[in-house]
Amino acid sequence: MSDNTIIKVNGLKKHFTGGTVKALDGVDLEIKKGEVIVIIGPSGCGKSTFLRSLNLLETPTEGEIFLEGVNITDPQNNINLHRQKMGMVFQQFNLFPHMTILKNITLAPIKLLRQNKKDAEENALSLLKRVGLADRANAYPSQLSGGQKQRIAIVRALAMNPEVMLFDEPTSALDPEMVGEVLEVMKELAQEGMTMVVVTHEMGFAKEVADKVIFMEEGKIAETGSPEEIFQNPKHPRLKEFLGKVL
Amino acid sequence: MAEFLLTLKSDFIKCFITKNRWKFITEGLTATLKITLLSCIMGIVIGLVVAIVRSTYDKNYSQMRRGLGKFLLAVGNFFCNIYLTVIRGTPVVVQLMIMYYIIFATSSNGILIAVSAFGINSGAYVAEIFRSGIMSVDNGQFEAGRSLGFGYISTMLYIVFPQAFKSVLPALANEFIVLLKETSVAGYVAIKDLTKGGDIIRGATYETFMPLLAVAGIYLVMVIFFTKLVNILERRLRKSER
Repeated sequence: MSDNTIIKVNGLKKHFTGGTVKALDGVDLEIKKGEVIVIIGPSGCGKSTFLRSLNLLETPTEGEIFLEGVNITDPQNNINLHRQKMGMVFQQFNLFPHMTILKNITLAPIKLLRQNKKDAEENALSLLKRVGLADRANAYPSQLSGGQKQRIAIVRALAMNPEVMLFDEPTSALDPEMVGEVLEVMKELAQEGMTMVVVTHEMGFAKEVADKVIFMEEGKIAETGSPEEIFQNPKHPRLKEFLGKVL
Repeated sequence: MAEFLLTLKSDFIKCFITKNRWKFITEGLTATLKITLLSCIMGIVIGLVVAIVRSTYDKNYSQMRRGLGKFLLAVGNFFCNIYLTVIRGTPVVVQLMIMYYIIFATSSNGILIAVSAFGINSGAYVAEIFRSGIMSVDNGQFEAGRSLGFGYISTMLYIVFPQAFKSVLPALANEFIVLLKETSVAGYVAIKDLTKGGDIIRGATYETFMPLLAVAGIYLVMVIFFTKLVNILERRLRKSER
């Protein structure tokens, strides 16, 4: 394991309903600091399950995940501490509807990182300014558009100063005209050197931003490569077929 | 007409003024309110605990690692289920009599007996109300909390419960109103609540109309008052959904 490896996955398997459904069937992956990894694949190929396994929202059936050299799949380790280092953005935003935007963002830093209220709010406001939503700090999630909600969700994850950001189809639930504003924020994050793992159907984003594209098929990584290799010179027959359908 | 009003007036005096009989009503009302409020609190505490055990079991049991935690949860869930089945499967009057004649046979503290009986009874219904509320909160909310690094309990406390509480408030208010009226059977075991107070006046004066209507009126006014109160609270909680 080289020094700048941040996540290492060994032989990850996830079986559902007593082993009959193999959502993940032996996945190995190494993610380096600052890398942007985009995972693509047909629906049901296990890409979301894989992403959700990285912060143990899905408990793997077999295999190991190392975050900064620590085996987080070991039950001895406190997963809550490790999750603080991995921000997650969901398809359905999952903002807390009973809290204002500011409270949504500051809840975890105040309760978990023991930041005082003033610092947490200042930090939240400067993050909100970066995504152009500083004026909505006191609104409730239901008052925002989908694109705004997703940008807030990104800010909420960033407020914990994570080492890695996980994106689970962040633009799939958005109206088409709102996709751009969210991708823009993600692009900026990537340029600032954030380590990102993104599950998406936005091939344009993958081409432009990804350092490495992973094509998953039936719970396995079928092909890995730079965006050029994957999109211009696909080798795996299923990848060719998949690209033929989505491009 | 005038004659009718005069009879009404003399009935009223006979029922409530003579020998300070109004005290049966006010003392009964105090007892009813005491019993209702205390059993409500007890019901909410019991209900919350049972709902947490049951929903934790429903949500997590299948994915939990084998060990002491899983075993304790299974045992807890088993006893909660027995509690719910027995309490919801038997009439509250019978439970009250069991409390009075068997469990507290040596005690004469009527309020204590009534609160125990109605609190334990109400807890079973409140538990199912809370559980439905907890289960109705989208699992994504729970996952969002966990993904930020909150543990199971903190996620429940900060994220799931506040939303669950909001969605169950109407059902909870309804349970409170049911409880308020249900306590009227306390007279069965010689507890002097509002209904019993009216009944004592009826026995002493042989007047039925005045005391019973007065008692009914008081219950009605209380229910209307609490309904209004809950409506105000609901409107305030709905603020975030505008």
